[in-house]
Amino acid sequence: MTRLSITKTPKVYVGGAFIRSESGRTFPLVDAAGTFVGHVPQCTRKDLRNAVEAAAKAGPGWARRTAYNRGQILYRLAEMIEARSTEMVAAIALGGATKTAEREVAATVDRLVYYAGWTDKYEQVLGGVNPVAAPYFNFTVTEPMGVVGVLAPDEAPLLALVSLFAPAIACGNTVVAIASERSPYPAIVLGEMLATSDLPGGVVNLLTGFRKEIVPTLATHAHLRAVTGVASAEERKLIETGAAESVKRVKLTPAEKPSDWQADSAQSLYAIRDLVEFKTTWHPVGA
Amino acid sequence: MSALKTQKRTGRPAPELIFGDLWEFDPAPETADPKLKPRYDLFIDGRFVAPRGGETFDSINPANEKKLAEIGLASVADVDAACQAAARAFPAWSKLPGAERGKYLYRLARLLQDRAREFAVAETLDGGKPIKESRDFDVPMAAAHFFYHAGWADKLAYAFPGATVAPHGVVAQVIPWNFPLLMLAWKLAPALATGNTVVLKPAETTSITALKFAEIVQEAGLPPGVVNIVAGAGETGAALLAHPLAAKIAFTGSTEVGKLILRSLAGSGKKMTLELGGKAANIVFDDAPLDQAVEGIVNGIFFNQGHVCCAGSRLLVQEGVAATVLAKLKRRIQVLRVGDPMDKNTDIGAINSKAQLDKIRDLVDSGVKEGAELYQPACKLPAKGWYFRPTLFSGVQQSHRIAREEIFGPVLAIMTFRTVDEAVEKANNTAYGLSAGVWTDKGSRILKMSTELKAGVVWANTYNKFDPTSPFGGYKESGFGREGGRQGLADYVRLG
Repeated sequence: MTRLSITKTPKVYVGGAFIRSESGRTFPLVDAAGTFVGHVPQCTRKDLRNAVEAAAKAGPGWARRTAYNRGQILYRLAEMIEARSTEMVAAIALGGATKTAEREVAATVDRLVYYAGWTDKYEQVLGGVNPVAAPYFNFTVTEPMGVVGVLAPDEAPLLALVSLFAPAIACGNTVVAIASERSPYPAIVLGEMLATSDLPGGVVNLLTGFRKEIVPTLATHAHLRAVTGVASAEERKLIETGAAESVKRVKLTPAEKPSDWQADSAQSLYAIRDLVEFKTTWHPVGA
Repeated sequence: MSALKTQKRTGRPAPELIFGDLWEFDPAPETADPKLKPRYDLFIDGRFVAPRGGETFDSINPANEKKLAEIGLASVADVDAACQAAARAFPAWSKLPGAERGKYLYRLARLLQDRAREFAVAETLDGGKPIKESRDFDVPMAAAHFFYHAGWADKLAYAFPGATVAPHGVVAQVIPWNFPLLMLAWKLAPALATGNTVVLKPAETTSITALKFAEIVQEAGLPPGVVNIVAGAGETGAALLAHPLAAKIAFTGSTEVGKLILRSLAGSGKKMTLELGGKAANIVFDDAPLDQAVEGIVNGIFFNQGHVCCAGSRLLVQEGVAATVLAKLKRRIQVLRVGDPMDKNTDIGAINSKAQLDKIRDLVDSGVKEGAELYQPACKLPAKGWYFRPTLFSGVQQSHRIAREEIFGPVLAIMTFRTVDEAVEKANNTAYGLSAGVWTDKGSRILKMSTELKAGVVWANTYNKFDPTSPFGGYKESGFGREGGRQGLADYVRLG
């Protein structure tokens, strides 16, 4: 007699816990052959607000971690994905061809290693001491913006998602990310890897669901200090309009121009720069 | 311990010298010739041209309400012509070797230094700020900004390691009336150094020094169209910022207008930097050198009549020294000289416009109505012109309008705190985040406060210091982007 397998209930990772939508709503996930796999949480704006709250709570502690510690934790996340890459490839491929999925998972691991290495270096490149023409020690340091909203595209659902949130958390922000609507499953599995990576709960919060339902609140939520990711022309207009009231920082790339997430150009020091504030201090020099 | 210190300080008051109205200073008017023309036209494509619609508006001296000059009002068609000129100039200007572009900026810096006193007088007549400020701060600092950025033009690869650097194209810039020439320098210098071409709109009450600067642009031999200046009010500004050729916009002004701009340009794909309002906390701990702190508080709020986005408009004093600081402040502002901005002895000049004076009055009235305690010295104000006495409010609550809204005038709201945490909490309890001041003798506390304060600039035991090498700009609703330093340069380039 063949054993009946245990199927997994897909849950999203928010505030360090695995939850289903507060609304109780789900949408069906099918594999490459069209066979039913499971019910994915259809997160609402209320879920978004809860996730922002979790991210805001986690923010100060994460920002205060040493740069070295943040680097080790990002590296640990890379270790967790590498070790479970077969599972992640399966989550992306869902029974389809695995070749591209394998490349995507490998690139994701490498991307995390790339940003793990930046955590204790970007400050030295981006900040500095300014030679003012007066007796002051004047220096500029970076600070994380706070809670950052991330909109992941459908292409490369794992790699793009990680490429977007890694620079944000590398410099001490916390993140609420909306996973690909078309391929939400890699984000579900990623949550399970985040949970075992030493990343404190609430630093990365992943939501699945329909962008149309979540994006308007993402745009206007005053506690989100920045929004980054990939968005359609209509969404960009909506988000930038909604962001105006709290003068939120918006850094969106057009969905109409697909990015090559595998390329070296998809990772940059300047992606970190987009998500920091610069603070300049004038300290007197004297006896 | 703090109580002991207070006792020591208040035990034997220092002898006071109050000049007040006992005897008058002789007037010491500045006499340099500002070389004003009766009429200023628009500066488009390297030439002064009359506005197409033929419309003009008057620039008024706020010190005596007299007309200084007639200014051409740029219509949508003029703005379009300016943007077209800038777009035509862009290919050659951006391809110019950096070292050559830099030389033009060095020329601008030098020519401005040559005509410094003339510009200082023009600035004071047009804007109402004391001549000692335009002479010793605005104009030299404007020249310094050109000199600093000139040197970057051929060194951009060192500013952004690992990236390719390209200019945006045509940059549209709208600047405020509080530091007309200096804001022009903050905007033009980095834009030009990085190879962009510019259309700039000065504020409608202070267009003169911008249009005088256009003369310097001609003297420096800048290629036509690299710098274009269009005068006008909100409509001209809106047309400029929305112009399809403007790839990047830079705006300095109120948070209210900043939000309107963000909404109107949502989805346009334009690069933006906004330097908006502020409600800075100036925090005095009980171990601070109090006399020095009082000077800093006065400079923080009364510099440029308080028309400063980073003005230290909320004073937070530790309880133990609050009474002492308030007494010292009252004594200090009694001897501030309010009056003719052209007098070299004047500390507080004219309020820039009638509209601004009305706004200040409205907010001061609200402070009285909401229950804060008002103090103003009994100084005489000139009969003509727009003036406002230096004003202190004590007993202010965080919910009062005068503690929340940007007044942009010589009005200080004073509150107290007990602990470091309370100071941080109160200082950060605002939608703004442009600047902050910290007064303490303890170095580690300065760094702790600087880390906790949500503000782009933190001044320790000083206030309102600026430098071209020092990035300036805000957190939260005070806008985004920086001006000055390597960080400010980044807002004028595309990184690949």
